[in-house]
Amino acid sequence: MGRFEYAPAPESRAIVDIKSSYGLFVNGQFVDATDGKPFKTVSPASEEVLAEVSEAGPADVDKAVRAARKAYDKVWGPMSGKDRAKYLFRIARLVQERARELAVLESLDNGKPIRESRDVDIPLVAAHFFYYAGWADKLEYAGVGDDPRPWGVAGQVIPWNFPMLMLAWKIAPALAAGNTVVLKPAETTPLTALAFAEICQQADLPPGVVNIVTGAGRTGQALVEHWGVDKVAFTGSTEVGRAIAKSVAGTDKAVTLELGGKAANIVFEDAPIDQTIEGIVNGIFFNQGHVCCAGSRLLVQESVYDEVLARLKRRMGTLRVGDPLDKNTDIGAINSSAQLAKIRELSQIGEDEGAERWSPECELPSEGYWFPPTVFTGVSQAHRIAREEIFGPVLSVLTFRTPAEAVEKANNTPFGLSAGIWTDKGSRILWMANQLRAGVVWANTFNRFDPTSPFGGYKESGYGREGGRHGLEAYLAH
Amino acid sequence: MPTKDTATPRLEVRKTYKLYIGGAFPRSESGRSYVVNDAKGKFLANASQASRKDARDAVVAARKAFGGWHARTAYNRGQVLYRIAEVMEGRHQQFSAEVAAGEGLSISKARAVVDASIDRWVWYAGWADKLAQVVGSSNPVAGPYFDFSLPEATGVVAVLAPQDSSLLGLTSVIAPAIVSGNTVVAVSSYERPLPAVTLGEVMATSDVPGGVVNILTGSASEIGPWLASHQDVNAIDLCGITSEDEARDLEIAAAGNLKRVRRPAEEDWTADQGLSRLTQYLELKTVWHPIGV
Repeated sequence: MGRFEYAPAPESRAIVDIKSSYGLFVNGQFVDATDGKPFKTVSPASEEVLAEVSEAGPADVDKAVRAARKAYDKVWGPMSGKDRAKYLFRIARLVQERARELAVLESLDNGKPIRESRDVDIPLVAAHFFYYAGWADKLEYAGVGDDPRPWGVAGQVIPWNFPMLMLAWKIAPALAAGNTVVLKPAETTPLTALAFAEICQQADLPPGVVNIVTGAGRTGQALVEHWGVDKVAFTGSTEVGRAIAKSVAGTDKAVTLELGGKAANIVFEDAPIDQTIEGIVNGIFFNQGHVCCAGSRLLVQESVYDEVLARLKRRMGTLRVGDPLDKNTDIGAINSSAQLAKIRELSQIGEDEGAERWSPECELPSEGYWFPPTVFTGVSQAHRIAREEIFGPVLSVLTFRTPAEAVEKANNTPFGLSAGIWTDKGSRILWMANQLRAGVVWANTFNRFDPTSPFGGYKESGYGREGGRHGLEAYLAH
Repeated sequence: MPTKDTATPRLEVRKTYKLYIGGAFPRSESGRSYVVNDAKGKFLANASQASRKDARDAVVAARKAFGGWHARTAYNRGQVLYRIAEVMEGRHQQFSAEVAAGEGLSISKARAVVDASIDRWVWYAGWADKLAQVVGSSNPVAGPYFDFSLPEATGVVAVLAPQDSSLLGLTSVIAPAIVSGNTVVAVSSYERPLPAVTLGEVMATSDVPGGVVNILTGSASEIGPWLASHQDVNAIDLCGITSEDEARDLEIAAAGNLKRVRRPAEEDWTADQGLSRLTQYLELKTVWHPIGV
């Protein structure tokens, strides 16, 4: 029997006006970089060059930090919390007004499906600014003592998987707490951050309160190590997080790190099966698996293994891989050729180590960076695909017999960011949630985010929390 | 400790000061000891000088104890901490004499230090079953989910205890770590280790499970690097490190497994402690569940 086919339903690009080149956003103005070479940002779905972006060198970073310092001392620091709140509310509204444009821009630059940028990323960005806007004039109620103070200048480095959402996670609480910021977006996804710079201008945010410096690792390092930065916030790989933890050693800089993960998604035999299959798919294939909290290790109770695998494969066969701007697309492009190479390498290692690889038949576009949804079975805990973060649409499946064994396997990792539990039994959910050493535990759901909910890891998944009162606390000295 | 001669002179029985690891009192496996003098330079005792191997044994003991300790109810942990205060009270005189000799305080000032130390255990004991209410939260997410955040112990905490404040300082850095369910490997003040050894004896007799607190006498500079780089230690308190260079090097070593680091800072141990030492060794776990029928 044939399947209904979907007609293409592309979102229009007309709403987005991408300039051919962008400068850095320093002290309220777009300025040319003084000591770095410009670089190109491409659409990972087509390899089309979208724009040329400036690379900030140490001198540019220095200018940005000085602008942030001046704004902190003269304007943002002395400003009443009430007025800071109003600026943040303005930003939240501007994000909502330009939501469609931002979603298209995000999907173009990042490769993620428009369905996700439109329905998840951008609404959450607005929600974060709304949430933290309300905190700006209520800091003494945040439970961190009666005299909470901002650190000063925050240097923030964010990854490419949720470019605009990570920007919101970083900038909204920092500004609410009274800090000024210098933010470096990832080199492959700078465009929405630059659009955000325009939003700051539209909001009449005082110059220097938000500065955006584009560039790669060198720019990030110059920012993190700058003497004028009081607070460092980083989201990205554990490897870079470790380097940052070393570089701030012996300084007074406050640090929060949101790093990698290798989440266990644990399925018990009494789990509601349809929801569970959707949860597994959402857990690992959401955002092409470019999610630090992705449910990349599926632990299935042996008694339901065959059924879960059969249904999972059937569901994977219906996933639509392709044009991120098509509203029917489930899985978009891999963000960069480098990331694609890494996913391919680790998948090959999985095969070489004896795990069995399976992907549904799917035609991948000839241009751009693509990887089909993939599942590995016959995986043991020693396999590298069960231990290392792949950061792609690759799921490893292991089995267990008892809840205790599930806990042991789930916790058998140096990471501790997230975990999932699927079962109908409430008491087992609570028991499992207690046992799992992870900062976020989703029971009968997965990959949920909300500005009111603290997010962050145990162990080598980093320290500090983002979201909620605890996310605000990270930006306050007390 | 020598006490004043009374009517009948009596040759006192002196004490051998040992380490406290996993609920037992071993000498250092290295066989080393070092001379402990009082504040005026008079010989008090030979203390065990803990080695790298002792530190590793202590971490193993602390890890082994972690599961059971952090699984206990908060109410029970509070009881155990309070019990420490009770047992210390009975040893008040001994602690006072050791603090006075080591820190060069008058006996009345030393007594005040011991009072404050005991009171501090009581203060922290009371936090055990309140932390989750004060630090945790129920989160009003925009969607049909029940979602709450609870604090949890981070794991094994290495503590390089203050050098000057040998009992109050030590208490102030151990109590906030264990009350939430962490287990501790503490390196005592090098020159004033005797109250720490006695505190270990109090632990052993006050319902604290073996391994929850491990106390090493010796040099923080020598043992610190092994604890800072140990892959099975989750957090480290550097407060006993007085050299900035050393503190930086330890912080760099601690980055290896992304330990939570408490940097050294000016501290007034007599002041109210606040929450920062408690929250330093906590992780926050957020749990989500859909709402529906």
